Amino acid sequence: MSTGIRTRRGAKINLKGGAEKILHIAVPSETYALKPDNFFGIVPRLMVKEGEKIAAGAPVFHAKHNPEILFVSPISGTIKEIRRGAKRKILEIVVDAQNGDTVTHEIKPINTLKREEVLETLLKSGAWAFFKQRPYGVVADPEADFKSVYISAYASGPLDVDFDFLLKNNKQDFQKGIAVLNQLLPGKVNLGVDANFKGFFENVEGVNLLSISGAHPAGNVSFQIQKNDPINVGEKVLEIRPEDVLNIGLLFSTGQYHAHRTIAVAGGSVGKPQYITAKIGAEISSLIKDCDIDNTIQNRFINGNVLSGATVASNGYLDFYNNLLTVIPEGNDYRLFGWLPFVDNKIPSLSKTSFSWLFKNKGYEVNTNLNGEERALVVTGEMEKVFPMDIYPMQLLKACMAGDIEKMEALGIYEVVPEDFGLIDYVNTSKIEAQEIIREGIELMIKEVG
Amino acid sequence: MNFLRKKLDEIKRPFQKGEKFEKFAPAVNAFDTFLFVPNHTTKTGSHIRDAVDLKRTMVTVIIALIPALIYGIYNTGYQHFSQLGGDFSFLDAFLHGAWKIVPMIVVSYVVGLSIEFAFAVYRGHEVNEGYLVTGLLIPMIMPVDIPLWMVAVSVAFAVLIAKEAFGGTGMNILNPALTARAFAFFAYPTYMSGNKVWVSEASSMDGVSGETILGTLAADGNVNYSMFEMFQGSIPGSIAETSTLWIIVGGIILIATGIGSWRIMLGSVLGAAFMGFLFNLWGSNALMSFSWMNHLVVGGFAFGVVFMATDPVSAAQTAKGKWIYGVLVGIFCIMIRVFNPAYPEGVMLAILLMNVFAPTIDHYVIQGNINKRKKRWASTLKSA
Repeated sequence: MSTGIRTRRGAKINLKGGAEKILHIAVPSETYALKPDNFFGIVPRLMVKEGEKIAAGAPVFHAKHNPEILFVSPISGTIKEIRRGAKRKILEIVVDAQNGDTVTHEIKPINTLKREEVLETLLKSGAWAFFKQRPYGVVADPEADFKSVYISAYASGPLDVDFDFLLKNNKQDFQKGIAVLNQLLPGKVNLGVDANFKGFFENVEGVNLLSISGAHPAGNVSFQIQKNDPINVGEKVLEIRPEDVLNIGLLFSTGQYHAHRTIAVAGGSVGKPQYITAKIGAEISSLIKDCDIDNTIQNRFINGNVLSGATVASNGYLDFYNNLLTVIPEGNDYRLFGWLPFVDNKIPSLSKTSFSWLFKNKGYEVNTNLNGEERALVVTGEMEKVFPMDIYPMQLLKACMAGDIEKMEALGIYEVVPEDFGLIDYVNTSKIEAQEIIREGIELMIKEVG
Repeated sequence: MNFLRKKLDEIKRPFQKGEKFEKFAPAVNAFDTFLFVPNHTTKTGSHIRDAVDLKRTMVTVIIALIPALIYGIYNTGYQHFSQLGGDFSFLDAFLHGAWKIVPMIVVSYVVGLSIEFAFAVYRGHEVNEGYLVTGLLIPMIMPVDIPLWMVAVSVAFAVLIAKEAFGGTGMNILNPALTARAFAFFAYPTYMSGNKVWVSEASSMDGVSGETILGTLAADGNVNYSMFEMFQGSIPGSIAETSTLWIIVGGIILIATGIGSWRIMLGSVLGAAFMGFLFNLWGSNALMSFSWMNHLVVGGFAFGVVFMATDPVSAAQTAKGKWIYGVLVGIFCIMIRVFNPAYPEGVMLAILLMNVFAPTIDHYVIQGNINKRKKRWASTLKSA
């Protein structure tokens, strides 16, 4: 089954430093870290102490409100450190990698499994953390009734990965993962692919193929859900990343938790942008060793793409839901009269007050300069051009700023996550932090409505 | 460049956080950011940002205004000298116009920006660039002989009452420049209408025939200008409103750069043409039978539609809303021209009226989206 989804809104920003399609194996990371902040909506309860030995796949912490949701160690070793921030908030749990045991679960053939058994294995093994739930993009509630599950194999953001390249060597295990999802939600598995290049996904069985044509954020699950079968009040939808479908496939073949992460190291500061196979929570420094990063300048390391990723220190760790590490120069310098129209055309701009479109095919060199200062919202219409959903983005943002729950609900807060507003952050003339506003709006909704 | 930067950083030192003049930082920053795009980097959200900012947007509007302004300056001199009779060159006319108009622009900027800076310091936010456009628009839509102090009072009224009272840039309901004109119009009517105010120094001349075309029509007179003269703009009127030709050039700049809404501009033209055409069919007085095509090129219609109705803050904000808003501006403009005996120009009042109704239009457009969503919810609840 295949459904076509098309949009003309959105934008492709072609940046310099796309990863070359050759797989490299990362230098083994000495330590790994789990970051509770990666799991939106979760308050962590630690299950280990510093200095304790831990097996690969053994739980490190669970969700405070639901002890069934486990977060497990990607490797075996010793708990090296529990890093805490203000108010003793847990920031990172660092594991020193050593040889050791691996937790193995009992596995039955997939087609004989009942829904409850699948759920139980996913929860026990820690693989449930791979699922996020809409609305809000929080870690999924295992007890909820889900309408369907969505996988987007079309990463449309700047420098984003090619999931076909990432997974084509593991077709069988990916297919197995899909079969597991079908045991969980029979006939309700949706796989979004790029209409221009479907790769091996075209032949994946047991999915409703969503053939997406359009620029970013068309690859985002929110957009695909809204065009395919929008979320209504009270409904819940699952979301999982393609590589985690593979991890689940492997779990159900081997009985062990797998934490594979193929990472594209890309961006203007990367001399040899490339794909690297690693594990969730690996050290950034182990990934970039052979990437020839330009160290003569100040760089920003981003877990994710330049629009919605999170800043990470160069000695930090990989995030949980992430296949991309972007490295771009910081832009903390001044530009004389840079605000004049048609000046500094090298900076990519979707506005027609710049000739930057002339350099579209060359790939832009970007930095982190704000290119202006925050101002009141004045210009209208620019957000809608990069927002393909049937939602009025500026009005939703204003409702979030005002904390007007009824309005947020009516204007579609259930259908979005902050990432969908990445391009709005980027284009808006007034330099409004749209993703931050939406995140705060969602937090308010969770607190007030649940 | 480095020398300049160092010098600026030195000047700014006492204005930094925790220093003596911290409160006045917005005022200094306004000058600094005028020279340099600051070194601020992204903290949250998207790590990269578009090159466009509010300064660039506003400056693009100013660039679009310049052709009409230059023609307006020339036309001021042209009207003056042609009423006097005798020979004069382009330069004579331009210099006479500049002598009159530059002081108005200076007064407008000094008064308006002073208030803006004061509010920025008082409220502790950066100075918004919106006034750079408003400050130029206000003199451009005034009659040339209006005393400077009246310009100053109108500017102060517009900035204080129409803008800052509502919370500053981005929050105002009415277009500030049009509010300034409306204020002057109702406070000092003798300086804003009649047949003597449109020609520079007309009060010191004998037998001036400087009535605007719409004024002549309202008095059931005969218009002695060809359509080409009206289009090119060598007619009496407010300073920069007369030349439809150069206003269109500005309009093209705004549409090409995506700064001005083509939906509003096209909607207004269609609305006005439709209304003008209807009145042509009716044709019971001079204004009604004035050709609908001429309606589009006389008076302030073109200027209002291109530069005032498209103000994104006071106009409708949704794409559908912009169409409705634009068409209604056009319709009301011609309707007011024809039916208002006191003052035959409708565009100012039409835009102000639609400014007031723009949020209502948007409300209904957005309500459509909300209703669609709620209907969807209801249908799933029923089937569940």
